Amino acid sequence: MTDTKEANATKRPINATIIKIVDETPSIKTFFFDTHIPACAGQFSMVWIRGVDEIPMSMPYTNGITVQKVGDATSALFGLGVGDCVGLRGPFGNTFNIPSGAKSTLLIGGGVGAAPLAPLAEVAKEAGIAVTAILGARTSEELLFQNRFEKAGKVIITTDDGTAGHRGFVTDMLETLDLGGFDLICVCGPEPMMVRILDMAVDKGVEAKTQFSLHRYFKCAIGVCGACCMDDEGLRVCKDGPVISGDRLVGSELGKYKRDASSLKIYF
Amino acid sequence: MQDKDNKKADVQASEKLGVTITGLKLANPTMLAAGVLGSSGASLVRVAKAGTGAVITKSIGIEPKEGHHNPSMVELECGYINAMGLPNPGYSNFAKELQVAKNGCGALIPSVPVIASIFGASPEEFVTIAEGLKVADAFELNVSCPHASGFGASVGTDPVLVGEIVRAMKKHIHVPVWVKLTPNVTDIVEVGLAAQKSGADAVCAINTVRAMAIDIETGYPILGNRFGGMSGPAIKPVAIKCVYDLYQYLDIPIIGVGGISTWRDAVEMMMAGASAVQIGSAAADIEVFSRVPSGIGNFIEKKNMRISEIVGLAHRMG
Repeated sequence: MTDTKEANATKRPINATIIKIVDETPSIKTFFFDTHIPACAGQFSMVWIRGVDEIPMSMPYTNGITVQKVGDATSALFGLGVGDCVGLRGPFGNTFNIPSGAKSTLLIGGGVGAAPLAPLAEVAKEAGIAVTAILGARTSEELLFQNRFEKAGKVIITTDDGTAGHRGFVTDMLETLDLGGFDLICVCGPEPMMVRILDMAVDKGVEAKTQFSLHRYFKCAIGVCGACCMDDEGLRVCKDGPVISGDRLVGSELGKYKRDASSLKIYF
Repeated sequence: MQDKDNKKADVQASEKLGVTITGLKLANPTMLAAGVLGSSGASLVRVAKAGTGAVITKSIGIEPKEGHHNPSMVELECGYINAMGLPNPGYSNFAKELQVAKNGCGALIPSVPVIASIFGASPEEFVTIAEGLKVADAFELNVSCPHASGFGASVGTDPVLVGEIVRAMKKHIHVPVWVKLTPNVTDIVEVGLAAQKSGADAVCAINTVRAMAIDIETGYPILGNRFGGMSGPAIKPVAIKCVYDLYQYLDIPIIGVGGISTWRDAVEMMMAGASAVQIGSAAADIEVFSRVPSGIGNFIEKKNMRISEIVGLAHRMG
């Protein structure tokens, strides 16, 4: 047995050994470590693949990250096996905020965006809050953490190609629900999906009940360098986020553009 | 009523705390340091609203530059090391962000000056960039970044080259020119004097101190660039000494930077000879930009001193 250890590692990276790798979908893997980072739902860690890069990853498990291969760093991660090591720094950022007295929550996850929402579903269920989740993916085998959400409450499935659940997008299903009936609506997924959901929430006047887990290019991860600042408020996704309330995102750059490593605007 | 009274108190405080640096009026002697929260106009305006006296942009160069791979900034036991690698979108793209910063900072009461930090590989590059960023209230020349090859400290350790850059800037640019000095030299005063002799309006000291950290599990240097610069509490005594030395020999204002996170740090830096201070790594908590000025205000009130009386006080004692 590998000893597991728990560490708050917001300073220099600590070493974490991969003890298990789970193929979640054809494109998504979960890497489990011998080390627990005490992250709450919504927080992230910086994962250092030595000699390659260091990238922010949400923590669907306190000892695990769920990764989709999208670039150099994630490709390098996919090349690692059990017994290999990474460096971890974290937990960083804020958490999803469950308001006191909340009785019901709606969680909306698109693709790998379901990752930060899965622990939230579990925390909400434990707190006696009714959980409804809309899970969307390109196709049935890309659905992530369906079991975890089903254990926490009601799940509505959508796939782009109709191979599972409703054919179409999560936003199609959202139109069939009474958004005002939920005390909290948490969202993570591709940015075009998130901005559509924000627009729908604004239409219904419930944007203050929404919380979005955002993604921007990070350098420092500790709120200093400014690489992840969003217009027009200058919100730092790494420090003021990654979870930001929908009412603070109205009129922001969300869904319009993001900035690359040189801070050049990249339009969606 | 109470609101009105509070506003009145704020105005009085700002009058007591106000400083004029190279002709720029600052409501208080703190500034956002270069390289921190300065990549977008919105971010600069946010820091200005938080209460700082002036804001300085991320260092801007000729071309877009992505910087080094991560890890690019890591907190250590005693401060931070970073090697960002001068990431910036290039001056022609940044001009729009600078305008956003100017509009937002200019609309505040009192208005907050926006200083553009710029870097280049030659005097001509510095001038080209400055001409493309005309709306800046002043320029801070980054001749001191310790971890970007061909730029920064490789320029700033050479007093002759620093002098050439300053002279070129002063010939073509008609707003104040500040020079940010590196501590990674044998004698910082020599470079400071070269800047002054060539017409610099102020110097800022210090940039980060060359530093490195190694992951003992594997032996890998932690920073993507392998080495970088140290900031935070560990370098404050180094900065204090540099400012103290510069104050003895220079007539132009010195802006102190390095390890300042509290009003006590700021007062200490001013007593070493700084007319104003910059806050960098401590900006992770943006409220630092209201806490430090108000702490300085309380201090000078308690001591019944004017802000100018604390500048260089250490030189007059003992």
